[in-house]
Amino acid sequence: MSEKIGVYVCHCGTNIAGIVNVEEVSQWAGSRLKDRGVVIARDYKFMCSSLGQELIEKDIKELGLTRVVVAACSPHLHERTFRTACERAGLNPYLCELVSIREQVSWVHTDKIAATAKAEAVLSGGVERVIHNEPLEPLKVPIHPDSLVVGGGIAGIQAALELADGGNHVYLVEREPSIGGHMAQFDKTFPTLDCSACILTPRMVQVGNHPNITLLTWSEVTKVDGYVGNFEVAIKKKARYVNTELCTGCGICVEKCPKKVVDDVFEAGMAKRKVIYIPFPQAVPNFPVLDAPNCTFFQKGTCKACEKFCPTNAIDFNQKDEDITVKVGNIVLATGYDLFNPRRIPQYGYGRLENIFTSLEFERLCNASGPTGGNIVLKDGITPPKTVGIVHCVGSRDQNYNGYCSAICCMQSIKFAHLVHERTGADIYNFYIDIRTPGKSYEEFYQRVLDEGTHFVRGKVAEVTEVARSPEEEGKLIIQVEDTLIGKQRRIPVDMVILSAGLEPRYDAKETGKLFGIACSADGWYIERHPKLDPIATMTEGVFIAGCVQGPKDIPATVAQGAAAAARIQGKIQQGEITLEPIRASINEDQCSGCRICNDLCPFSAILYHEDRAVSEINAALCQGCGTCVAACPAGAISGTGFSNEQILAQIEGLLLLNIDQKESKKVLA
Amino acid sequence: MNNDDTFEPVIIGFTCNWCSYRAADTAGTARVKYAPNIRLIRLMCSGRLDPTFVLKALANGADGVLITGCHPGDCHYVEQNYKALRRFHLLKRVLTQMGIEPGRLKLVWASAAEGAILAAEFDKFINEVRALGPLNLPLQKQKTFSTPALEEVAA
Repeated sequence: MSEKIGVYVCHCGTNIAGIVNVEEVSQWAGSRLKDRGVVIARDYKFMCSSLGQELIEKDIKELGLTRVVVAACSPHLHERTFRTACERAGLNPYLCELVSIREQVSWVHTDKIAATAKAEAVLSGGVERVIHNEPLEPLKVPIHPDSLVVGGGIAGIQAALELADGGNHVYLVEREPSIGGHMAQFDKTFPTLDCSACILTPRMVQVGNHPNITLLTWSEVTKVDGYVGNFEVAIKKKARYVNTELCTGCGICVEKCPKKVVDDVFEAGMAKRKVIYIPFPQAVPNFPVLDAPNCTFFQKGTCKACEKFCPTNAIDFNQKDEDITVKVGNIVLATGYDLFNPRRIPQYGYGRLENIFTSLEFERLCNASGPTGGNIVLKDGITPPKTVGIVHCVGSRDQNYNGYCSAICCMQSIKFAHLVHERTGADIYNFYIDIRTPGKSYEEFYQRVLDEGTHFVRGKVAEVTEVARSPEEEGKLIIQVEDTLIGKQRRIPVDMVILSAGLEPRYDAKETGKLFGIACSADGWYIERHPKLDPIATMTEGVFIAGCVQGPKDIPATVAQGAAAAARIQGKIQQGEITLEPIRASINEDQCSGCRICNDLCPFSAILYHEDRAVSEINAALCQGCGTCVAACPAGAISGTGFSNEQILAQIEGLLLLNIDQKESKKVLA
Repeated sequence: MNNDDTFEPVIIGFTCNWCSYRAADTAGTARVKYAPNIRLIRLMCSGRLDPTFVLKALANGADGVLITGCHPGDCHYVEQNYKALRRFHLLKRVLTQMGIEPGRLKLVWASAAEGAILAAEFDKFINEVRALGPLNLPLQKQKTFSTPALEEVAA
């Protein structure tokens, strides 16, 4: 063997040494693997420490090592540490392998003899593999300084503003006519009782006016090509049927429009809007949108009142959707959440009985620009309720629907109790499983509402019914619940029920994720790179997530995530180029027969076919290194760096101790 | 051989860098215990699995091979685990034709958080292969696994 291999076995304190006999493993490697090229084998307490790393660096320099194998913890932890140490000593970092004898041996086995034998086999696998490692150079690709933020709610707004304030250009794409998201629908926010619009709209206006932000509302992303630093994004700007160059936002068209339809987006179905409409008074941008499927002109060819009355001739019935393509370096997905539909719980009577509202519907009821001008009244529009029941955990913490906790509903329900008390003086009952008030000033807010006299009943509501069993219950909604603190069933008649429905991923979250190359967890929220240490990055380089797309959270946490995504991107833009791991596939043209089996296997469209030469070729920058094509090529013409056939086949031999005396191999099976 | 001459199988497990290898790490971090008969190889993706790897493992002394990867729909590379699934099914038929019990090859999906589940699957498969007994294929003592195509590529 021409390679000079250095083997280093880590004790990791007692984490490894407590179960695996590390000195024995090191001596075994030094003697039994000598024929395979091992010239030095050491064991040391903490290989990842500076002293440990120096051992490797010294041996590389003094012994002229050409390969290094470290047997220690998981490569996901310290592969980079040891590769960097090799680089410092002048050895190409990709000629160093780290094999795990901790997470995969000492921490999971109790039999010391078997664990030591397995550690030897694992080490042998690493040694055989590293012989076939090749020196590789990481790819450097330039980073486009522009960014894309998808979703104009508070998360997207925060990310866009921070990036723009940092001097970088941002495209903010929002599929509704205005930015603002769910936060624009709320009345007051907990625990400060800030008016939601008052704290949100200044940011919205900033976005609308910012020289570094290109705001694309009533638009959707249709395709994403490319890779980190170099994305090409296709965006469809849906037709507003309003020429925004001429429109002044005067609103005369909305006034004159003769047709009304139910607004089931912004008003959550609680009010009507015109067919040509501005979603809410503080909308940014302040241009109306014409709802073509409901428009009399598009249906029958008549009306055109808006066009007649527009003082600047801004209405354009011939406007078409416009498709544009933009180049960006990084993407932030901040598309928010949908509300759980309480129709799925028929025993709660939502949609069947009157005066049962979801949280979003109730927010509109409270909102001064909502259907009742902020008056909390029953469906008749006049009568204020005398008793109100607020149900927590609707569709959350429930094995039948969503198992997770939606994080914000307790605080929201307590907030509702406060608002009802303040505006109607009604008798209020909150029905809860636990009270979750972990944030800053949250618990104090709960105490305040307790002091106001709201009744808190600990029990999951079984049923909301109108079937009265006694005269007091006539004409009321009766909440049937087990009050678990007193151990009795209760029937509480109320005038109004508010269902704190849980948060769910958007109905099309999975498809949107596929567009950007990211995956959803079992609950449907996007998967983060690390749930504790990296909640805003995804497994796809260059695509970040912020806000409720990552999981239910309150406004402060959402804002923090939007800012975090922006900061991460700014850091990358500053460096000007990004380094990609050189784990790639490449095709040997002489071997390639042009069968094209590989072409369709690549999900990143990295394989091109050259008609003239009848061979395929892989674009190294697009290739993500999965290796599927390497395995599929019938001619063996595709090689994968870092995980080549030679490396893996050699590792199999090593793991089975093939190149050592066979009797030895049987012995270590222990 | 063992002192008491009980057969202990050797299993080679292929894991994918993003899900199942991390699941094995999660099992380690949580100190979940499983039998030491399985030795893992890390691939970037289950789609990297060349059927020749499985054949080589069995030819070189393994009694069983376990293929693991991300759950369908969760593959880090979008859909490559489906390709691994297709290869697995075809390979199983080929192995049966070669006279190797189909129970010696198994496919298990595991996400990065499912450490305990993966450890349980390891134990289960080890027991299944133990029950099948040693494979006892005549061992190939080649230094490298060579097919004409590979030799030319290596050259």
